[in-house]
Amino acid sequence: MSVETSKQPAVTGTPTTELIRIEGVTKRFGDNTVLDGLDLSVDAGRHVTLIGPSGSGKTTILRLLMTLAEPDAGTITVDGQRLFPAPERQVREVRKKIGMVFQQFNLFPNMSVLRNLTEAPVRVLGLSKDEAEARARELLDLVGLADKCDAKPTRLSGGQQQRVAIARALAMRPRVLLLDEVTSALDPELVAGVLDLLRDIARSTDITMLCVTHEMGFARDISDQVLMFDAGRVIEAGPPEKIFGDPERERTREFISAVL
Amino acid sequence: MNWDWGAVSDFMPYFWKGLLVTLEALALGSLISFALGLVWTLLMRTPTRWVRWPVGILTEFVRDTPLLVQLFFLFYVLPEAGVTLSPLTTGVLGLGLHYSTYTMQVYRAGIEAVPAGQWEAATALSLPVRRTWTAVVLPQAVRRVVPPLGNYVIAMLKDTPMLMTIGVLEMLGRARLVSQQHFQFTEPLTVIGVAFVVVSYLASVCLRTLERRLVR
Repeated sequence: MSVETSKQPAVTGTPTTELIRIEGVTKRFGDNTVLDGLDLSVDAGRHVTLIGPSGSGKTTILRLLMTLAEPDAGTITVDGQRLFPAPERQVREVRKKIGMVFQQFNLFPNMSVLRNLTEAPVRVLGLSKDEAEARARELLDLVGLADKCDAKPTRLSGGQQQRVAIARALAMRPRVLLLDEVTSALDPELVAGVLDLLRDIARSTDITMLCVTHEMGFARDISDQVLMFDAGRVIEAGPPEKIFGDPERERTREFISAVL
Repeated sequence: MNWDWGAVSDFMPYFWKGLLVTLEALALGSLISFALGLVWTLLMRTPTRWVRWPVGILTEFVRDTPLLVQLFFLFYVLPEAGVTLSPLTTGVLGLGLHYSTYTMQVYRAGIEAVPAGQWEAATALSLPVRRTWTAVVLPQAVRRVVPPLGNYVIAMLKDTPMLMTIGVLEMLGRARLVSQQHFQFTEPLTVIGVAFVVVSYLASVCLRTLERRLVR
């Protein structure tokens, strides 16, 4: 098993710089080992999709990167700076480089849409209110919700809320965007709009993306690399054509034919 | 038993003074209980048990002993320690302290009802902890805590007559004083009874209005 995991971090293509390095990361919840000595490396600007059955550790790896949870063993390095254990200052530095979009949107219901986008840029990045609002309006325009600035998030549809959440994450100009099953909570007819937006962002920016999804068509479209998770490990990795077209492992084949 | 309107009008000047004292004790007692309760709640969330344990024991103790005993303690024991306060100040502190041990539970429930995803979103945006509390968590907790806090204000109103026992001339204190001088109990007691109903009712109307505004 360790042979495959050590093989998979290699990303082929043009010369790149490594942005995220995960080494020997283990995470347990009680007796349940969710990540089992995971190794993974992601180069800047890559779009990596994490697939696999539920409980295989895909979401956990995003949560560890966002510092929403701590690993029991192993190291995580982002842009040369180590997390866990690290001084609080350094953790804050790393956190600023990472944005996350959640399955349940998690917009702040007590703030207007605009303020959801300006709060952190003003408080964390030190932008002036005007700068932050200009940036926010630009982003809301990008996600097609320029007319919803003053609305409360709860007045929006799920798809609109998720587009606001994507804009909110981008407002911090992160280098890495973590997408945690961002369409799973949406009504089927709203999924396409959100995925189209993410395709746009993947195409038009140099942001690094780590994406946990069950939308295989979307994964095929945007990914440079697909990682197949099972039982806390990456059991197969490769370009989407390979993983979806001709996977090497039986487990991957089974999973893909079950979800397609 | 005869109803004497003359006795009512004799009592009214004293009644107004008593009402003012009752409302003053209620307003200040409520404010102290709101502020102190929040302090307890936040202290109970600190990571060190050396803070949580003493606060937990103290508030449990205050919650489980009668307000009347606490008022006596503050009024008769504190002076022995060199702290002498006026009856009204003692009463307001007693009410505020006693009810803060209830409001802290209201705040705790309100804060726990804010979904974990809100904290996670705040972390993902690098918001500092302080800002997460003031801009995200507490504003969302407020709408959940207003109804139960309002109920405690009304409960506190009905406990204000206990301040009479330490010499505060609130409504009941005034009624008793006047009654004993004139040997007419019916009228003063009826007047303050009606006053309690009216104040409770007005408070609950205010509360419902506030609730409606917060829900929007």
